[in-house]
Amino acid sequence: MNYKNYLRWNKLPHIWCPGCGHGIVLGAFLRAVAQRELNKDDVAVVSGIGCSSRAAGYVDFNTLHTAHGRAIPFATGIKLSRPDMKVIVLTGDGDATAIGGNHFIHAARRNLDLTVIVFNNNIYGMTSGQFSPMTPHINFATTAPHGNFDYPFDLVELAKGAGATYVARGAAAYPRQLEKAIGQGLDHEGFSVIEAMSQCPTYYGRKNKMGTAEQMLKWQKENATVSSNPGEKIPLGVFVQVERPEYTKLTGQFIDSVSGGK
Amino acid sequence: MSGRFQVEIDPAYCKACRLCIQVCPKKVLAQRADGKAIVENPDDCIGCQLCEWHCPDFAITIKGEKKNG
Amino acid sequence: MAKQLVQGNEACVEAAIAAGVSFFAGYPITPSTEIAEKMAEKLPAKGKVFIQMEDEIASMAAIIGASLTGAKSMTATSGPGFSLMQENIGYAAMTEVPVVVVNVQRGGPSTGTPTLPSQGDMMQARWGTHGDHPVIALAPSSVQETYDLTFEAFNLSEKYMVPVVLLMDEIVGHMREGIELYKPEKIIDRRKPVQSPEEYLPYQTDDSLIPALAPFGQGYRYHVTGLIHDETGFPSNSPKVIEGLVERINKKIDKHADEIITYNSFDVDDADVVLLAYGSPVRSARQVQQAARQEGLKVGLVQMITVWPFPHKVLSQLYRQTEATFIVPELSLGQLADELSKSVPREKILRVNRNDGSLITPAQLDAVVREAVR
Ligand SMILES: Cc1ncc(C[n+]2csc(CCOP(=O)(O)OP(=O)(O)O)c2C)c(N)n1
Ligand code: SF4
Ligand code: SF4
Ligand code: SF4
Repeated sequence: MNYKNYLRWNKLPHIWCPGCGHGIVLGAFLRAVAQRELNKDDVAVVSGIGCSSRAAGYVDFNTLHTAHGRAIPFATGIKLSRPDMKVIVLTGDGDATAIGGNHFIHAARRNLDLTVIVFNNNIYGMTSGQFSPMTPHINFATTAPHGNFDYPFDLVELAKGAGATYVARGAAAYPRQLEKAIGQGLDHEGFSVIEAMSQCPTYYGRKNKMGTAEQMLKWQKENATVSSNPGEKIPLGVFVQVERPEYTKLTGQFIDSVSGGK
Repeated sequence: MSGRFQVEIDPAYCKACRLCIQVCPKKVLAQRADGKAIVENPDDCIGCQLCEWHCPDFAITIKGEKKNG
Repeated sequence: MAKQLVQGNEACVEAAIAAGVSFFAGYPITPSTEIAEKMAEKLPAKGKVFIQMEDEIASMAAIIGASLTGAKSMTATSGPGFSLMQENIGYAAMTEVPVVVVNVQRGGPSTGTPTLPSQGDMMQARWGTHGDHPVIALAPSSVQETYDLTFEAFNLSEKYMVPVVLLMDEIVGHMREGIELYKPEKIIDRRKPVQSPEEYLPYQTDDSLIPALAPFGQGYRYHVTGLIHDETGFPSNSPKVIEGLVERINKKIDKHADEIITYNSFDVDDADVVLLAYGSPVRSARQVQQAARQEGLKVGLVQMITVWPFPHKVLSQLYRQTEATFIVPELSLGQLADELSKSVPREKILRVNRNDGSLITPAQLDAVVREAVR
């Protein structure tokens, strides 16, 4: 199927600003879905709150736009009740790692079969540019007018440490690589995290004098790399891909053993 | 003569961000007066789809024979 | 049917299982923990899911997610955990997803008195989450009632597509009584959509004002959001839609209040004094009321089973009819008495409050009753 058939065209154009990277990430996600010919009825897409989380409304699946940071536990309820469904979480860097950080690490620890795509624009876009746990040190935000003295999370390391069994990073500037990273995450059985670098020209770009969306994309292209020798650049690629018993399978086996398969 | 690929841009969805113009290796695309993208040199398109993949607004469709068969 | 000696919290679990609960998510907290423990023991054996989440916010989220797939879902907590659940209780109210939330009340505020009873969450059960929203709350005063009302909580939530709070308290949760673990007569399941997936509008309702939400993954693809949404389920900022939705989700309960509200009244018709109580204070109240009647004192009792929606109509009618003095025993500084003052004049309400972690004893109440009938 053409990936564009997974869009709810009557809800477009979307609310995102001109040049916002979120649309690019969403496109890469849908192409990965289309390649796998996932049946719309068998997919649930769950999101939190933020510009990125609005993505759920634009895709033609069973969609759930929840509360800020809570997409993963909502998705947990769906997945455990319907292990046969493909459950995908679309979330922002703030949504996933600040208010939702606790849920994120616990779902990773359980190795619940969710595919979590974190749209990382290093800022709170929806609330107009406050710093997030993924805003780089000394960069600017409306709540860090003198520079952000917090140090950020490295999402890949966080996911890895928490027990995610598939962890990758992609970028809007490398849409083909991003699509593949998401696709492999969809294929992986277990908690899969794909950090998708995205640009927010409206707030992050403006606050940090990074210029237009074009310039931000160019920055991404130059400062992130798919090379296995990234040097000082931000590495893109798959960093973790391991097998570990998946949570709904474990729950199922446990139920069978306790109930005698009743 | 028309090229092997057709570049379709739906102005109803285009938000004039210029990303497609920037990423096109063949300078196929340009901006019209209101800022939205248009196809200026259709024959030069090599069907790489970079513009489509970089368009945040799903405004571009590349049609025609895919590269590498 | 033979009676069995059961703890209140256990009775809640037994009833939930008999009602068909298939998903429980929770986080341990005194004095509700036995509910999670029993669920962990019993649900897997029935082929159902128990999950201990990382906190109460997640527990609430998980049961809503599960309920959206059609599963009867529930969580149980106490004061501090109930506070954490509020955001998603609002989400369930807004998106009209049926869930049952058990709150075994303990003393607050904050960590308060984990092992002691309280009724300090009555207002939180009603107004804990932000915005004008509907909720139903039921309060048992005995182990048997805990069993009965747990069914009722599931039935009401499925029928009205609303979160239902079972407002227990530490006394009821921890006491043991002989009860009948009967099979429920009537199990209500949520409505099914009548339209085809193509014509389906998830939040379109008939006169009942109750939507029919299709379970996720059954061919009805739609969108659920906590934002104001129209009949299609998608967000809208239209003043008409905003007004219409908030009004409908509230009216949905108001309109059916007479069906929802249940209470027991004892000897109220000629009463000079009416005791009004819910939960564990009902036990002392009933004892005092019966003793007073035996002495010929015109004392009645109204036991609220439904705390929310509040039985204002019943109580104001009763007041007009009897002009009785209302005595309100409660384990808080007056949440119930204050609510009552919307339908009974303040000067006709005598408060018997206790917030030291002890019960309201019959003796304490009896003294007030005698004072009032004099
Ligand atoms: C409980 C709660 N706290 C705060 C907010 C306000 N809020 C909405 S979106 C958001 C941040 C979103 O940032 P992110 O997840 O990074 O997504 P983005 O908008 O950048 O895509 C915040 C703080 C909220 N909606 N709910
Ligand atoms: S504010 Fe930033 S993240 Fe939000 S839509 Fe605009 S560009 Fe995108
Ligand atoms: S497909 Fe490639 S060559 Fe053709 S217009 Fe798009 S970017 Fe340019
Ligand atoms: S990338 Fe898309 S939205 Fe941006 S200018 Fe090109 S066609 Fe328009």
